[in-house]
Amino acid sequence: MSTPLLEIEDLCARVGNKEIIKNFNLTINEGEVHAIMGPNGAGKSTLSYVLSGKPGYEITSGSIKFKGKDLISMSVEERAREGMFLIMQYPVEIPGVPVNSFLKHAVNALHQHNNESELDTMEFLKMLREEAKKLGIDNEMLKRAVNVGFSGGEKKRLEALQMSVLKPCFAILDEADSGLDIDAIKVVSNCVNNMLDGKRSLLIITHYQKLLNYIEPDFVHVFADGHIVKSGNKSLSEEIEANGYASYVKEK
Amino acid sequence: MSKNVDIKQIVEDSGDKYKYGFVTDIDSDTAPKGLNADIIRFISQKKGEPEWLLESRLKAFEFWQSMKEPEWAKLSYDKIDYQDLYYYSAPKQKVAPKSLDEVNPELLKTYDKLGIPLKEQEVLAGVVAVDAVFDSVSVATTYRAKLAEKGVIFCSISEAIKEHPDLVRKYLGSVVPYTDNFFACLNSAVFTDGSFVYIPKGVRCPMELSTYFRINAKNTGQFERTLIVADEGSYVSYLEGCTAPQRDENQLHAAIVEIVVLDDAEVKYSTVQNWYPGDKEGKGGVYNFVTKRAACRGRNSKVSWTQVETGSAVTWKYPSCVLQGDNSVGEFYSVALTNNYQQADTGTKMIHIGKNTSSRIISKGISAGKSDQTYRGLVKIAPSADNARNYSQCDSLLIGSDCGSHTIPYIENRNKTAQLEHEATTSKISDEQLFYCRSRGISEEDAVSLIVSGFCKEVMQHLPMEFAIEAAKLINISLEGSVG
Repeated sequence: MSTPLLEIEDLCARVGNKEIIKNFNLTINEGEVHAIMGPNGAGKSTLSYVLSGKPGYEITSGSIKFKGKDLISMSVEERAREGMFLIMQYPVEIPGVPVNSFLKHAVNALHQHNNESELDTMEFLKMLREEAKKLGIDNEMLKRAVNVGFSGGEKKRLEALQMSVLKPCFAILDEADSGLDIDAIKVVSNCVNNMLDGKRSLLIITHYQKLLNYIEPDFVHVFADGHIVKSGNKSLSEEIEANGYASYVKEK
Repeated sequence: MSKNVDIKQIVEDSGDKYKYGFVTDIDSDTAPKGLNADIIRFISQKKGEPEWLLESRLKAFEFWQSMKEPEWAKLSYDKIDYQDLYYYSAPKQKVAPKSLDEVNPELLKTYDKLGIPLKEQEVLAGVVAVDAVFDSVSVATTYRAKLAEKGVIFCSISEAIKEHPDLVRKYLGSVVPYTDNFFACLNSAVFTDGSFVYIPKGVRCPMELSTYFRINAKNTGQFERTLIVADEGSYVSYLEGCTAPQRDENQLHAAIVEIVVLDDAEVKYSTVQNWYPGDKEGKGGVYNFVTKRAACRGRNSKVSWTQVETGSAVTWKYPSCVLQGDNSVGEFYSVALTNNYQQADTGTKMIHIGKNTSSRIISKGISAGKSDQTYRGLVKIAPSADNARNYSQCDSLLIGSDCGSHTIPYIENRNKTAQLEHEATTSKISDEQLFYCRSRGISEEDAVSLIVSGFCKEVMQHLPMEFAIEAAKLINISLEGSVG
């Protein structure tokens, strides 16, 4: 019997006056990998922002449960501390804030939330360096300001590092319309695959089928006109690769 | 709906959080209110000063009466009634204390609350020497013996006037003459205490020297006077911290700091200024009108001003460097944070006179709430200053949309060989940055302070270690809300 991790029911959400998510339904169980594919501009990224609670994205109706709790009433940081992690498409720069001190704040916020004692600086740095080494990140990069002057690949590496340090139970990989830097994708997908242990879950948001060659999804959904228009297994993504989105969009 | 904490709210809520707003209950020995020649004689007599000093005070007072309060700064505040202030307030104590044990325990408790436990410091032995100025009279000076071994003089200016009159007479007013400006002139007439430092030739001061200023008595103006003389080839790092208790009425602070740097000498002067900024509605707070100037008189001399300014209702302050000696260097590193209704018009002046002189200005202004901040800087290259160089960088960070930030750089260049660079940026903490931090579990408040600390980093790294930690905490307190 599978345990539901994320349950989205009849969700409607808008940005400004524009309704982008319309009667969206999806349940993700523990250990499952889901992929949402759709044409550009369909609002796939909106879904990732709504789930992570970004200000400016207004939920007008419906419900979202995460680990059985009402997600909508949680703040952005509470969602993160409960184990949700958004691997961002375009991570922002934070000048003057070194990667190690940024992550120390994040890890300690998580520890506090879980009523665990905070890591002292030495313990934390040891753990961080070990995780960084696995991803091929050197100590120098840990001292640089978050994302400032990072290449596309370095940015993704840093996202992956954050995920391996924070150990979320649910990650959203938002690659909705990014130009798929293959090296960067490999880094992230390796890290994601390492994270997947049969209990953690993943939601991939992408335009291209290519990404799914690196991370094997259990389910593939086609997203159009604000909701899922078709679901299937991996073969659905290959079908899309061959025929495009046109037939699904017309189905509405 | 998700409960996103409003960032503006966080910042606004911090108005009543002034941590140092306690009042120490001690009888003060106070001069009657108001300012006239008799009050000045009273001060001078109380302090047992020599005739020449009284004369110079009276001369300054006479000149001051002909001066007008400056109005060019981008500041608006109620007119100060100079006759409604007390100009002298000394904690009552019969004999000057010889050691900390003789100091009124109430005073020591106050310092404890400020985080400078003098007792502890004496035990901990030799990290920082503190000359604490409490309402104008210096009450405790530590580590003097150790400093005396090296020939370093570190004492209150009143003591210096008595014990080292030649040195004081030679340098006092030589960098900031009483004619300089309205507030400096007032200070020259009524200054009550402050610190004096003399570092002899070739001596590297073995510890950081530190002064803690605090305004305690009601309606008291605080007019300290600091004089630092670094003789040839010497070095000193001097720290100045300031706090004032929370009061509804405004308090006036008009200080002068003069630094003289001779051949091959270096002075590092660091300030953490946390005078009471007033409450959320802008009531109360310190008026901070300060003249700070260093004269790099010697060849290869160097001075650097590092300041973190989070307090005061109104700030008017331009720590300056007069680069007279050839190859002399002036630096100014500043973080100014204003919140609620605070106003600050601050910056620096770099006056290049000697050849191959260079200066560097890094200014970081953070405005939040309804505060207003102006960076005002002057870089002046005299005809004699061949190959002078200046680099200026002025960055402003805005939090919320009701605050203001202005950058006014003046450049006067009279020498073709000069190289001048100026960079300025204005930015806001972006929603994207906040979302990024929060999506990693970092609370909104922590995210704001993290981003602000990143913004200030270039300046903070010039502060001595212990001071940098205190300054970072102060910035957080000034930004913190009631959440968490």
